[in-house]
Amino acid sequence: MTSLALVIVTTALINNVVLNQFLGLCSFLGVSRQIKTAASLGGAVIFVMTIASGVANLIYTCILQRLGLEYLQTIVFILVIASLVQVVEMFLKKAAPAIHGALGIYLPLITTNCAVLGVALNNVTDGFGFFESVFSGFGTAVGYTLAIVLLAGIRERTEGNDVPAPFRGAPIVLLSACLMAIAFYGFSGLSLS
Amino acid sequence: MNKNLERLYNGIIRENPVFIMMLGMCPTLAVTTSAINGVGMGVSTMVVLIVSNLMISLLRKLIPHEVHLPAYIVVVATLVTVVQLLIKAYLKSLDAALGIYIPLIVVNCIILGRAEAYACKNPPVLSVFDGLGMGLGFTLGLTLIGALRELFGAGTLFGFQVMPAFYQPIGIITSAPGAFLVMALIVAVMNGASISTRANRKVEGGCDGCCASCAQRCDTPKDASERGEEAKV
Repeated sequence: MTSLALVIVTTALINNVVLNQFLGLCSFLGVSRQIKTAASLGGAVIFVMTIASGVANLIYTCILQRLGLEYLQTIVFILVIASLVQVVEMFLKKAAPAIHGALGIYLPLITTNCAVLGVALNNVTDGFGFFESVFSGFGTAVGYTLAIVLLAGIRERTEGNDVPAPFRGAPIVLLSACLMAIAFYGFSGLSLS
Repeated sequence: MNKNLERLYNGIIRENPVFIMMLGMCPTLAVTTSAINGVGMGVSTMVVLIVSNLMISLLRKLIPHEVHLPAYIVVVATLVTVVQLLIKAYLKSLDAALGIYIPLIVVNCIILGRAEAYACKNPPVLSVFDGLGMGLGFTLGLTLIGALRELFGAGTLFGFQVMPAFYQPIGIITSAPGAFLVMALIVAVMNGASISTRANRKVEGGCDGCCASCAQRCDTPKDASERGEEAKV
């Protein structure tokens, strides 16, 4: 049980998916104007990434490994993730219209979010089992949500500030991300064992 | 100007994927800890891009529109797997340095973006040159950022000591936060020089650097109207 908690802390804080591994940067920089939308996207990512990690792990151990087709992992994972997002969207539309209303428009965005594929591949590299994969997917997504919500908070504050002309727009966002990355860098001093 | 050369110019200068279009930010920031990593990532991506542009251009009349994205993804993922296995077999050190970012070339927006925006509408030779130009532009961008970060973060260039001995390397430049810092400064310099990039062109609610919405935006208007009709039916 402690090892699963460790997986979550490691993936969410120490190896933060955005600030340390640079995965999912597109949406991190693109959809972080407002805390509300950022949080919705984060919710959708948590949902998809947790499920996708589990499904990818099952497919890897039950099908690819058994048939000796490990080299097909990239192709299989990306197709599984793409179709999984479609299935999740259809399921939510029927079963939980309220959640679908809140997260629906963000679900297609996640199909090509490199973080989802990145987690699935990382889980294989780290030799994670099913539960570890699910927890690592969940932890990574929580780390992503944390980062994007924090950045959105900073952006809402800096929106009205008098930023020097060349730094307006993307550069000030990147600088905020840089300072956040330095803060998160401190977590690498956590000794977990 | 010759049409093929025009494609090269377009990819390297006018629509440079790193500095002007700002596509593929993940690898741009992640692997540019040294110049040589930048070259490695750039060339791997370029190879995938050229071949995928060629294949998609050859298959452009065979792939039905309804399944064009999955079909492109399969083509790209196959090529990436080939490149990944080749690197694993022959360039062990590059494989260790780039790690997971090699398979993640699949979700690099530049590749699907070029397939959507160019290769699916143009003949094979032009598409190959388009891929070559974009690939060279990407490689150039990554190498430049990698060289800058290596120079200030470690005092070396392609592994050779360049800075004088009294120079104290700024370690943080080669670590994760430094990537954001260097990119922020580069974009700020480009803004200051009033070079029009996608970051300072106002695209409200548009693609905004998001890969998936980019693929949607790159659909031709005709497709969009067709889709609208389908939705009505």
